[in-house]
Order: sequence, then C-alpha cells, then structure tokens
Amino acid sequence: MPDNSKIATVVALDNVSKNYRLGDVTVPALTCVSFSIPRQRFAMIVGPSGSGKTTLLNLIGCIDAPSAGSLFVCGQDVAALSDNALTDFRARNIAFIFQTFNLFPVLSAFENVEYPLLLLGLKASERRERVTAVLEQVGLIDQRHHRPNQLSGGQRQRVAIARALVKAPEIVLADEPTANLDSHTGAAIIELMRKVQQEQAVSFIFSTHDPQLISHAEETYQIRDGELVDHRSEAS
Amino acid sequence: MMLLKIAFRNVLRNARRSLMTMSAVAVGFMAIALFGEFMAYITIGFQTTTVERTGHLSVFRTGYFDFGAGNPAAYGIADYPSVIRLIKEDPVLAPMLAVVTPSVTLFGIAGNFDIDASKTFFGVGIVPSDRDRMLQWDEYGMVRDRPPINSGLTDDNETEGVIGVGLARILGLCQALRIADCPQSPHPDATTVSSAPPPIDLAELTARDKTADQTDRSIPRIDLLAATAGGAPNVMSLTIAKAERQGVKELDDNFVAMHLHLAQQLLYGRGEHKAVGIVLQLKRSEDMASARARLGSLFKEKAQDLEVRDFTELQPQYNQVIGLFGAIFSFIALVMGVIVLFTVVNTMSMSVMERTDEIGTARAMGVRRQGIRRQFLLEGWMLGAIGATTGLILALIVATLVNRSGATWTPPGQAAAIPFRLLTSGVGHLIGSVWLGLVFIATLAALIPANRAARMTVVDALRHV
Repeated sequence: MPDNSKIATVVALDNVSKNYRLGDVTVPALTCVSFSIPRQRFAMIVGPSGSGKTTLLNLIGCIDAPSAGSLFVCGQDVAALSDNALTDFRARNIAFIFQTFNLFPVLSAFENVEYPLLLLGLKASERRERVTAVLEQVGLIDQRHHRPNQLSGGQRQRVAIARALVKAPEIVLADEPTANLDSHTGAAIIELMRKVQQEQAVSFIFSTHDPQLISHAEETYQIRDGELVDHRSEAS
Repeated sequence: MMLLKIAFRNVLRNARRSLMTMSAVAVGFMAIALFGEFMAYITIGFQTTTVERTGHLSVFRTGYFDFGAGNPAAYGIADYPSVIRLIKEDPVLAPMLAVVTPSVTLFGIAGNFDIDASKTFFGVGIVPSDRDRMLQWDEYGMVRDRPPINSGLTDDNETEGVIGVGLARILGLCQALRIADCPQSPHPDATTVSSAPPPIDLAELTARDKTADQTDRSIPRIDLLAATAGGAPNVMSLTIAKAERQGVKELDDNFVAMHLHLAQQLLYGRGEHKAVGIVLQLKRSEDMASARARLGSLFKEKAQDLEVRDFTELQPQYNQVIGLFGAIFSFIALVMGVIVLFTVVNTMSMSVMERTDEIGTARAMGVRRQGIRRQFLLEGWMLGAIGATTGLILALIVATLVNRSGATWTPPGQAAAIPFRLLTSGVGHLIGSVWLGLVFIATLAALIPANRAARMTVVDALRHV
C-alpha cells in the first residue's frame, strides 16, 4: 500500500542508486538520491555533463531500473511491475521529448502524433480528433502530412511535443529538449511547453543545463557526481 | 493496419536493399516453381507414355514377376478369356476400366537367313485393336496435339509384326523398311517373303529358304525361333509391317511386337494357348490403388492363383526418373531456400541496426517487446510475400513464353522429341506450397534480427547513434 505522500507527488525517490558495469569495474551513476517532485510542476534536473541527469530521467521514465532504493512514479512502485506491465504503465502515464526529437521517419507528423494513441487502443475517430486538436495547439495542423525530413528542427520538436501531449500523460519527460535548437526556436519551444503544461496541468520534468530553460523552472534539482546537492522550489 | 503501413514504408525505406532482397525471393520462386512445373509436365508426360504402352496394372500367374522372365511359358494364365470376363464384369472394377487385354511376352532368336544374320529378340504378343485403344489414353490432355499413333498391326493379319529400328538394322532390313538414319549392313538387304503359311519347324523353314529365290522379295520378313513351354524349338515367319524406334538401345535392338495368336503359337505350339499377362488400363490413374485392391480380393474370392503388379513395378525406370527429378527439385528448393534465408537475415539485421534508436523510442513510448518482434517479423514476411508474388507473376510470363516457343526435347527413355513445356494448370498446390514455403522462410529469417531487436534494453537502444 503506497503512502499518501508518495501519491501526492508525481515522483518519489528514496535512497535510489544506480551503478553501471564497465567490464569488471562498477561505475556509480547515482548514489543514494532521495527527493520527490510535486504534481503538475515545471521541474528541472540540472547539472553538468556526466552528473547523472539523464540516468535520473531514465529511472523516472521507467526505462531503466535502480540498482538500489525505491522509486514511485504516479504513486506506483515501479519495481513491483513486470516488463510488460511497466511498458503498459509507460504507455499510459509517461511521455518523452527527446533531444534529437526521435520521430519515426516513415510516418507523417499526424501519424507520429497518432502513434501513442494506437498503443492505448483508441478508436480511429477519437484518435483523429485528439491528434488534430493537439497539432492545432502546437501550430502544425497545416504540416500534418509532412514527414519529419520535410520539417525544420523547431517543427520536429513541436511534433514531438504534440506526440507527448496527445495521450494526456501524467508526466512528460524531456531530455535536453532545446539542445539541438537555435536560441530563438528554443525559446519558442519553451514557451509552447510552458503554455501546454499550464493548460493541461501535466507534470513536466526536464534534464537540462540550458539557462534559458532553467529560468522557467518551478522546481530545480541540482545533481553533481550522482548526488542531489540542491533543491529549490518556487511557490506555485 | 498501422502496423502494416509502417512495415510497408520501412520495406520501401531502403528501396535498393529491399529490391535486391525481394529479387532474390522472386528469382528463388521462379527457379523452384518453373522447375516444379517442368517436373510436373515430365511426370504426367512420362506417366502417359508409360500407361499408354503398358497399362496401369498387369495380372500374372503368381511368381511370374520374380521368376517368370526366365520362362514365360511356364507362367501362362490358362483360360485367360474367363479371367478377363471376370474383371470386366465386376461391378466395382467395370467403371474404372478403359482397356483389358491379354498379352504374351517371349524370348528367342530372330533371323534373316538371306544374309545369315540373327539376333536374340524380346517379343510381345498383343491384340492390335486393344493396343490401339490403349495408345489413345490421355487422362491429362498431354498428347491431344500429337498425331494419332497405333500399333501398326491389325487384328485380321496374324503374320505381321513391328520391330525395333535397331533390330531392323542388325538384320539388314533398313532399306527394305525405308528407315531413315539407319546404316546399311555390309550384307545385302533381305527382301524375302513367303506367301505360304508360316512354317512350323526348322526343317520346313530350311526347305522354304531354299525356294526363297522363287518368291516375292518385295515384303521384308524375318523368322522367329523360340522354345515352347515344353522345351521344343518352334519357328514362325513374321512379315514386318514397320520398324519403330524404342527409347532404350537394348530394347531397340531386341524388340518385336506381334499378334497375340502368333506369339501364342511360338510359345505354346499346338498346346493350349495361354496369356502370360492381362493388362488393365484404367480411365484414371488415381483409381490404381483401389483397382489393385479390388483385383486382389476378387482373385482371392475366386481362388485364382494370380498376382497384380502396377506399371511402376514393371517399369522400374519410371520411379527412378521421377525420383531423379524429385531429387533435383529438392536440391534447387534447398539452395534457393538457403539463399532467401541468408538474404533476408542480412537485410533485416541491417534494418535493426539502422533503426536501433527507433526501437528504443518505440519501447519508451510503450511498445512491448512482442510488438517490436512483430514489427520486424511483419517486415520479413512482407519482403517474402512481395518477392514471392513478383516471382509468381514472372514465372507465369516465362511459362507462357516457353510453352509458346515451340521448343522440343527428348526425355530419357523416349525415342522421339516432345514439346518442351511447363505445366501451368493443375499445379496450384505446387505454386501455393512454394509461395508459402518462401514466405515462411523469409519470416523465419526475420525472427533472429527481430528477437535481437526485442531483447534490446530501452536505454541502450536510445543511446545508440
């Protein structure tokens, strides 16, 4: 039975460690990290390269498992789930926005956004309605038939945002979402994410060292050498 | 549907590589299917030419098959007309039967004493009208375009016979029989014939030879010497109606076909005339097993000391030739299957490697491992299906062109060239099996890369550059 404080937060880590093995050597990526992220916040995990930001984001995204400690995501102890159950859990609750966009090149913008809804088994009419709405929201309805290679970097990231939001997830995880964009486009993308986060009351968790993005943070978790060294919170 | 759409677009993604893979499948399909069609044509063609000459089933005295060749006379079927009547009047067998006819086989020496040439012969005694009906057998429509053929004998002329071209050559009858491509004997051709009745013993034959110069020399004839069932020598004169090439040289150099009664006279002399075998030609080959079973039970019921053999036992080369073609077909299918297997494995492995980050993305978004596996299997299936379907269309075109080309060839054991054709009707199960087999191999080949893709960890896949 999860405790209520873990349900009130979207993510709760308790003494989470993550080690990798490189040959015979064990390399610690995270060491006894404990913190929680409140729901519906614009949260940033920040730190220098190699500090463990991406590892932490992977754990929260349930695409990697901690070596030690407990992790609750959306009130669910993820260690208790089988591989298939964890995959289904991700399909329902977690969405990703990647630094390199990671759109499927053989699918159009519309189809890329529709893809997560297929995994949820939604009817075609509902899928069409939701995809159209979210593409309008990110301003790409006119480019819906374009393949990723026919879109600019900013447009691709908008498609990725639409794809993340279309299934109305609990959490959107974004790993360096502005790293491959120029500052002007990056700012526009940040504005867009901020806007939809407020409209849809979804929890955004970023891994970044982009000051432009960090300036919008409501929660900031500073990671260094695999340890949480600072946490700042702005009043909501 | 989306899965299919994604699979199709991924197949087209690296068009050149997919085209090469599908070409390999298509070529594999064509090779197997076209050879299979050729083999099917050979099989039914060979069956047709065998059945039209030897029938489907032959009834012998028990033991003839194993021992009778050395002494056919000893294994004769007495009162064979009543056995034939028994077969023809059986309500189970009657609807299956096309021809039921007696036959006699015998061995002896054929001589043309005008040039002092002689040769051992293998003789068959037939009922000409029955044999002519047998030669019209065409269950598969194989010989409908062929000019009608017949035994060359008639029921009302018991002294005529047909011999192999080889025997005609050895006995110096090429010129008399007007045989093309037949080397002349150093001896003069024999053109002696007797208008008198056939001789019944050597002394009479010798006496007749002495007067040969005074007889009609325009009709070729030979003399046949055989041992009767009792062991006594017997000689008959045979007028040669024509010479026919036999497919095998040994047979061509020995073959003599004659009227049943003449053969019986040679073999049984003045004794009871028997048949060595009773040949049954069925309307449909598929009835062979049931007809054979029925004959067995019929003979048992009537206490007849008879056995039944089918044409594959009497003509062992039939199964040997079909087996040879079957082995070649299996070898081609195996080689093509291996080529398709490795080509698809290679293509799908490249595809998995190139799309590792997409696999990671899909897994992160909530696609199960089975979903990843299914996606790549579907792509392997699609490569196989498109390739095999293309091969099917091309094979049909090639088969049509070949069948209209007018090409001919001489199959093993045949004397004359026949059209080179590929059987395109009645081979649905062959085409279907080849299509399914290659698509299955292509799908199976995709399983190894698909499993590799499904086993990837999400983080490692996303980290892949």
